Amino acid sequence: MTSETLIEVNDLNFSYDTRAILQGVDMTMPRGKVIAIMGGSGSGKTTLLRLISGAIKPTSGYVKFAGEVVHELDRDALFKLRRKMGMLFQFGALFTDLSVFDNVAFQMREHTNLPESMIRDLVLMKLHAVGLRGAHHLMPNELSGGMARRVALARSIALDPMLIMYDEPFTGLDPISLSVIGNLIRRLTDALGMTSIVVTHDVQESLKIVDYVYFIADGVIAAQGTPKEVRESIAPFVHQFIHGEEDGPVPFHYPAQTYQKDLNLEGTLA
Amino acid sequence: MPRRIVSGIQNIGHRVIEGVWRLGVASRFFILVLLKSGTSLRRFNLVVRELYFTGVLSLIIIVVSGLFVGMVLGLQGYETLQKYGSESAVGTLVALSLVRELGPVVAALLFASRAGSAITAEIGLMKATEQLAAMGMMAVDPIARVVAPRFWAGVISMPLLAAMFSVMGVFGGYLVTVVFIGVDEGSYWSQMQSAVDFRFDILNGFIKSCFFGVAVTAIAVFEGYDAPPTAEGVSGATTRTVVTSSLVILGLDFILTAFMFRGVS
Repeated sequence: MTSETLIEVNDLNFSYDTRAILQGVDMTMPRGKVIAIMGGSGSGKTTLLRLISGAIKPTSGYVKFAGEVVHELDRDALFKLRRKMGMLFQFGALFTDLSVFDNVAFQMREHTNLPESMIRDLVLMKLHAVGLRGAHHLMPNELSGGMARRVALARSIALDPMLIMYDEPFTGLDPISLSVIGNLIRRLTDALGMTSIVVTHDVQESLKIVDYVYFIADGVIAAQGTPKEVRESIAPFVHQFIHGEEDGPVPFHYPAQTYQKDLNLEGTLA
Repeated sequence: MPRRIVSGIQNIGHRVIEGVWRLGVASRFFILVLLKSGTSLRRFNLVVRELYFTGVLSLIIIVVSGLFVGMVLGLQGYETLQKYGSESAVGTLVALSLVRELGPVVAALLFASRAGSAITAEIGLMKATEQLAAMGMMAVDPIARVVAPRFWAGVISMPLLAAMFSVMGVFGGYLVTVVFIGVDEGSYWSQMQSAVDFRFDILNGFIKSCFFGVAVTAIAVFEGYDAPPTAEGVSGATTRTVVTSSLVILGLDFILTAFMFRGVS
């Protein structure tokens, strides 16, 4: 592991009962980069985020964050580590009983002894960074989907974390909001010098902003590379995924016996 | 036929095992809530905020129900007692019925329906919308920050609401018997004063309502926290809170009454 590496994933395996979700995953995530993790639904992307955050423990292998093996930490040490992480959930997961301001101030009030006047300034700065300073008094139910995710982004950078994980940040957004969120991820990563992991299906938007891409299929890393390498890749899986082709290594048809056999036509067409 | 019987027995076995397992999980959760209550006690404003939602917002239903229950008690009591020329004892009947039984029990049933269901739905929805997971990711323990303050607010609210219920009931009985029917006001209050014992009646009623508060709120927070994160899961959990709490209140009431009033004339 180099000094620039923030996260090291080594031979990571995870299973629910006997069903293998991740098998032998190796990854290296440097500081200050935006890394995308792509793959079909149920391929194990979100599980990987949960393993990195220590929400679940691997069956074997490890995730090392800032030099510490995450699953070996006790609860207090894990919570201490999580103060260095932020996470943007798919639909923001804002606290619905708190205003936008109080949502962003939440972690500051929970983990610091800063005076309220300083918290106010910091919250307004975070909200300004996502363009929603003027919305600080609104309640979450008064926000659009894109605005809610921007507030959640401001909340996740409240304590200037070393890492932010984004779980499907582009889902259900209109093109303008989608572009805004994409640019914010890139800008904030560069401005704060943190690392961003983006779990996404949105190939075109994410390839514009990320530095490196991992493709996960059936629990293993099927391909990886820079956006340029990925775009030019002739690997069948990558090609199918990037171009959204209907059939390929990921088949259109669910495995079944022959069509003729299902329709009782075998022998009659010979 | 024997196959169906075997399968029926298996089904009962599964349900029993599941029930015992769930009881174990609930007990473990309850202990966790108690252990993680330090934050609630240190930052009591968290509890005060929940006191408003569970206690203050339940006041209307408690006050109105207490008033009507007291009025009905007064009316029924008067109808029966006047046959024996003892209508002046109606105040005693109203007060003892309310303070010993109806106050704690009916207030707890109303509390389970009004506040218990709201607590379950709120925590369940917080889980379904990943708010609890988000809190955990921010290194804030959801049991300490969300569950414990609601639990303690419920425990504090319940005896106060039961007391309010009894007070309103006594007033309702007064309205019907003294103001409308014309029973002597002095007998209504003085017989009540001499017959109601602080230790046996008021204190025991208070202890009952404390037990009910712990039971209802513990069930409500557990069902919310344990709810499957779907619309159907949250609605099922809310229903379970009301049904389980009601049964537990009635069962506990019998046990507590048996202990408290055994041998008391």
